[in-house]
Order: sequence, then C-alpha cells, then structure tokens
Amino acid sequence: MNELLKIQHLSKYYYNKNALNDVNLSLEKGKIYGLLGPNGSGKTTLMKIIAGLHKQTSGEVLLNNRPLSYKTKANISYMPTENFFYDSFKVKDIVKFYSDMYEDFQVESAFNTLEKIKVDPEFSISKLSSGLVGKLKVALALSRNVELYMLDEPLNGVDVLSRDVIIDLITRSCGENKVIVVSTHLVSEIEKILDSLIFLKDGTIALAGDAEELRMSRCTSVEGIYKEVFGND
Amino acid sequence: MEFNNNIPIYIQVMEKIKQNIVSGKLKLGVKMPSSRDYSAQLGINFNTVARVYKEMELEEILFTKRGLGTFVTKSPERINRLRHEMAKKQINAFINGMQKIGFTKKDMIKFIEMEFNNQERNE
Repeated sequence: MNELLKIQHLSKYYYNKNALNDVNLSLEKGKIYGLLGPNGSGKTTLMKIIAGLHKQTSGEVLLNNRPLSYKTKANISYMPTENFFYDSFKVKDIVKFYSDMYEDFQVESAFNTLEKIKVDPEFSISKLSSGLVGKLKVALALSRNVELYMLDEPLNGVDVLSRDVIIDLITRSCGENKVIVVSTHLVSEIEKILDSLIFLKDGTIALAGDAEELRMSRCTSVEGIYKEVFGND
Repeated sequence: MEFNNNIPIYIQVMEKIKQNIVSGKLKLGVKMPSSRDYSAQLGINFNTVARVYKEMELEEILFTKRGLGTFVTKSPERINRLRHEMAKKQINAFINGMQKIGFTKKDMIKFIEMEFNNQERNE
C-alpha cells in the first residue's frame, strides 16, 4: 500500500466562513505535492488540520490508515508560514530546541545542512535576513525523520537565490517512503520539482493530478494551468 | 539545464540525453548517474528522472542491470537508428517551417547550399 494520507469529505467552517468544503485527497509515498491556490483558498487551514492544530468540522483524515491522534502527530513535520523563532536565540539554540523537542530530529544532518546553506550556528536570530530565516525554517523542518512533511509557503518573502537553495533542499529530502506537501502561490519557481498538483479554490479542490500529465494534456506550464484555474475571478 | 515549463520535463530530459548520446558526449555502455544524483544535479524531481530512465529503457536506448545501475546501450545500430530518428525530426520541422514561408523543394535545396557556401567563406 503506497497511500500515506487519506482525506475524506473534509470540511471546516469558521463562524461566518466556509474554509474547506468536502475535500477528498489521497497522498502517495515517494511524491512531492504542490498545494496551490491564492491567499485565502484554504491551504493553511488544510495543513493545520492535518498537523492537528485545527479540528475539522466534519470528515476524516487518515495517516497510514489511522485517524489523527497524538501518535500520528509524531510522524508529521509541519512548517508554518510565520517566523516562529525567538529573536534572542542563536541558531544553535534553535537546533538544540528541535532536538529536545523531537525524538526523530537528526542533529548531525541538521548542522551539515546549515553549513551547506551557509547559516552560521553562532548567528543570533534577530540578525538573520529573511532569506536566511526562510532557509533555516525549511532546513529544520526537513531534518526531522518522519513520513509526512508539510511546508506552508516556504518561498514567501525569500530572495531568488535563497529560493533556489530551498527548492534544492526539498528535492534532496524526498525519499521513497516520504511525502512532502508544499503550499505556494509562487508556482513557476517550484513547479519542476512537483510530482502532483492540488489546486485549492475557495476551500474545494478545483483540480488535482500528475504534474507531467497535466502539462501534456493542457499543453501549458503549471503556472499556465494555475492562471486558467484561478484567473476567472 | 534550463527547462521550458510548458513541455513535460521528462521529455526535455530525454531529448537532452539523446542529444548527448548521438553527439558522442555520452559514450556507448557508459553508466548513467543514479536517479537521485541526476535529479539533484538537474534540480528536478526524483520521480521524473526515474520516469526518464524507464521510458528510455522501453526505447532500448538505456538498460538497467539490477543492483548496478542504468547504462547507455552498447548497440551502435540502436544509436544509428536514434541518430536517424532525430535527424528526420529536425528536417521535417525545417521543411514544415520553410513551406510555411513559401519555399519549394528546389528553393530549399538551393538556399541550403547557398548558406553553407556563405558560412565556409566566412570561416
């Protein structure tokens, strides 16, 4: 069985907003998924429900065929959009924090990655540029050894060169038994590493499928498809 | 390698490998990088490279030895056939384009010769 995550009839209502509406998805191991859609389409809500930070109004989320619980939660590495580091921390303190926090955190590989992406462990967070913070967040999220990674807008507010580094990190992290979900509205930069696409529009899935098949059948780039799907509003 | 996002990426990678084989940059029987290394090198998805290798195995341009990796075919006949296929595609595209701007067969041949003469004179 190659399916890692199964979502059935998932809906989420806030007081006056219908954030997700009957979402059905199946994510297979070994693939990188692009969760695409403009701001407010429900990407973050979906990720937060899977990560166990929000409770759905109705529907079911199964990880390895088990409903979400504190046990399944340990198998998910979720990177939120916001910068969640304390300013007074040094980079190495954060690495320490992660390794205390998560049993599966790989300290050695984390430091190797930081060296590769040129983030000095002695730097203090308040001195880091947003490009460096962006790289650090992704590097830490990917240094955990879990089956499901969810990166919420990893390219936001990050310069072009740092974006390439982040995309490279994601490419190298994907393995046969893993699933990486990347949400973004910066499609053109990341589309060449995506296996499958999920277009989320107003809380429903407007289109989903294999990236190459969609390019072939629609004769355009993922960005082109994105414009087709979302452009008519 | 630069990619055109409008065309499936695996097709672009296949074209590139074929070019390298036909032009002799990739020698017969040589070992290809592992899909993981190659995908990192090209900055594309791992599964895309796996797909490229699978498709090119079906075309008998690459072959896989279990546990050892993926290799370029050792058959000069297959490479020759590939060279012909690729040349034919180029020529057809050329003829097509020339016909669109009103060239007949005779004009085309004349024009090609003229251009070659020009280039030789400039060298």
